[in-house]
Amino acid sequence: MSDLEQFRAETRAWLAENCPEEMRDGDITAENQCWGGRQWEFQSDAQKRWFEAALEKGYTVPTWPKEYGGAGLAADEAKILTEERGRINARKPLSNFGISMLGPALLAYGTHEQKLQHLGGIARGEIRWCQGYSEPGAGSDLASLKTKCEDQGDHWLINGQKIWTSNADISDWIFCLVRTDFDAPKHKGITFILIDMASEGISVKPIILISGHSPFCETFFDDVKVPKVYGEGNLSVVGEVNRGWDVAKNLLVHERGMLGTMSPLRGAKGPENLGSFAADEIGLDAAGRLDDPSLRQKIAQAEIDDWAYTLTVERMNDEANAGNGLGAKSSMLKYAASELTKKGSELRMDIGGTEAAAIGPDGIEYDSLANTWLYNRAYSILGGTTEVQLNIISKRVLELPSA
Amino acid sequence: MSLILTEEQEMLQDAAHGFLDENAPVAAFREMRDSKNPDGFSRDLWNEMAAMGWAGIIVDEEFGGSGFGYVGAGVLAEQMGRNLTASPFFSTSVLGATAVQRYGTAQQKDQNLGAICDGTALFALAVDEGPRHRPEHIEFSARSHGNGYILSGSKTFVADGHVADKLIIAARTSGEPDDPSGITLFLVDADAAAIERTHTPMIDSRSAANIKVDGLEVTGDDILGEVDGGYEALEGILSAGRAVLGAEMSGSSQQAFAITTDYLKEREQFGQKIGSFQGLQHRAAHLATEIEMTKSAVLKSLQLLDDDFESASATCSMAKAKSGMTAQLSTQEAIQMHGGIGVTDEYDVGLYFKRVHVAQQMFGDAGFHADRLAKRSGY
Repeated sequence: MSDLEQFRAETRAWLAENCPEEMRDGDITAENQCWGGRQWEFQSDAQKRWFEAALEKGYTVPTWPKEYGGAGLAADEAKILTEERGRINARKPLSNFGISMLGPALLAYGTHEQKLQHLGGIARGEIRWCQGYSEPGAGSDLASLKTKCEDQGDHWLINGQKIWTSNADISDWIFCLVRTDFDAPKHKGITFILIDMASEGISVKPIILISGHSPFCETFFDDVKVPKVYGEGNLSVVGEVNRGWDVAKNLLVHERGMLGTMSPLRGAKGPENLGSFAADEIGLDAAGRLDDPSLRQKIAQAEIDDWAYTLTVERMNDEANAGNGLGAKSSMLKYAASELTKKGSELRMDIGGTEAAAIGPDGIEYDSLANTWLYNRAYSILGGTTEVQLNIISKRVLELPSA
Repeated sequence: MSLILTEEQEMLQDAAHGFLDENAPVAAFREMRDSKNPDGFSRDLWNEMAAMGWAGIIVDEEFGGSGFGYVGAGVLAEQMGRNLTASPFFSTSVLGATAVQRYGTAQQKDQNLGAICDGTALFALAVDEGPRHRPEHIEFSARSHGNGYILSGSKTFVADGHVADKLIIAARTSGEPDDPSGITLFLVDADAAAIERTHTPMIDSRSAANIKVDGLEVTGDDILGEVDGGYEALEGILSAGRAVLGAEMSGSSQQAFAITTDYLKEREQFGQKIGSFQGLQHRAAHLATEIEMTKSAVLKSLQLLDDDFESASATCSMAKAKSGMTAQLSTQEAIQMHGGIGVTDEYDVGLYFKRVHVAQQMFGDAGFHADRLAKRSGY
């Protein structure tokens, strides 16, 4: 037996023994995933047991080095773990922005001490992070951000406003882009800084979306004092002052990578399969075809596109593991995933007909098709709009000329 | 299994790329077309391909093949799609070889696989009987007669039917025209007196034939696969064909797109490169994304044919659908983004546009396969 076969056998046995039955219910959605953080309460005993078992093994962040709380798995081992987890439909034991976005950026740019503190906190599910990137005046043109960060000797003084900070109201820390130089060209005066959300002067206001619900907030900074040093070698700034754009871009690639690996048509709160959902709702004609030829064709086309997309995620991962980095091609996945996600919930609303537009006495119900449909409009806007992704593909992948 | 090529497959890809660029570029295809070559391909080129082991690419080594499987065939087809290489590869080395190797008797294998590998026998698959692909609609009759059968009927647009030495004919031995059961495949000599072949030149400058059979006597030895159970074999052969056509269309999409992005980087209007216009950039970026999706779909279907042939049918359908849509978009955009020269005969993009159209129709277009998928999934 090769090492990898051995690893697969061990992983399978470990999962069989440690992943509770209740945690084998497929892809996690925002509602049932384990987020972690100071305010976190486990939703079930099984969720807690699964988290603790994974933590002990380093499997909350399997590819991170052991010293920072991971299991130090190589890419091919991590792929096997993912496959074996998928085989029994196991949830991820822990998932949040610390794992998918900040962690990889810290691994690339952080000091050893920064990694020790923050990666460990993420791996152990102790700290929940949110992202302070967009501002009211800096959306697609993110680098024009204006949140002001002044050097006050032993600390930084921050004033300004962030928007679309997902879950800021229940997060413990924020990774933030701030302007440290107003005179430099816009990309050269930005700094990447880590801030405790409990700091004095930070206030948070949730944003209500067209669905009536939202994880998004506005986050305000009024004379917030951020220590320059949290401990020896553990600075609040990641990378160099005024060079935060490099860190920001690295992180955006991971964000796109995460957003680009969703399962669009099987998105949150939707029935598993579009075709069978349609067959149940609409019924079949005498020949066994969906009793709506136009919808039938659209659904089949969407299933084919979704299938090809899912394979492309797999292929690009395999290529990355074989040494050909994904690079700007992650924009293709983000673009495709966002558009398919919208398409899937549009089709579900079409299948649901007028009934799907009916709402409860207290508004749009959280687990309704309508909520998903409305929320999903945001997917082609957040994390870089579809148009920004197409710009990136044009310039970085196709190398088309600039105007 | 990883969804990437193995080292061996990559070497095959490099070799094919180099060989075809040098010996069978689009210019050679154009020359063949202009010379009104009645074969629709160069026999010299085909002999060279056979000598390199391409003709027997999916044939097992014990029968003289290269044993590269369907991924190997797809790798070659993709490169041929890039160069618009016309050859009997698809009809003979994919359809013919699949039919004989998977469904033939020991005797049929002995008699045919060697000749496929050395390029001396050309095959064609005669399935459709009307203007569109409709494989379960078989009226072509095989009437029981003594120990054998008498074949009569017509087949339309049989790719390479005009040059084939052997025909694989889907005939009805029982049941009604639309029954999947009751179909039997026959492997017959194409030059039999009872077979009349009418050459049908096609828009992509490849050739096909309409075939009329009037009372051809055959024996049980000419049956390929099961009597009345030929639909399953036909499905298998078509699936292999669909995946490989998908690979060819993927290659054509990639090349038509490469020609187009080069043009976007060089053509100037309004004092700037037209590739700097966002209206064109976004369409190009969308197309580039679709091309990546297509590559994955095609490779998956080819891998599945090698790993678990019997289960590959739905996957091959989806790959055919996806690659057809992408190839159509890629060649449409190629013409549009080139502007006026895109619609001239002198420029190559029109050749891709025409070839892709025929490949899209062959063995079912995207709509045909979407319908199959829906049916299969119970809606």
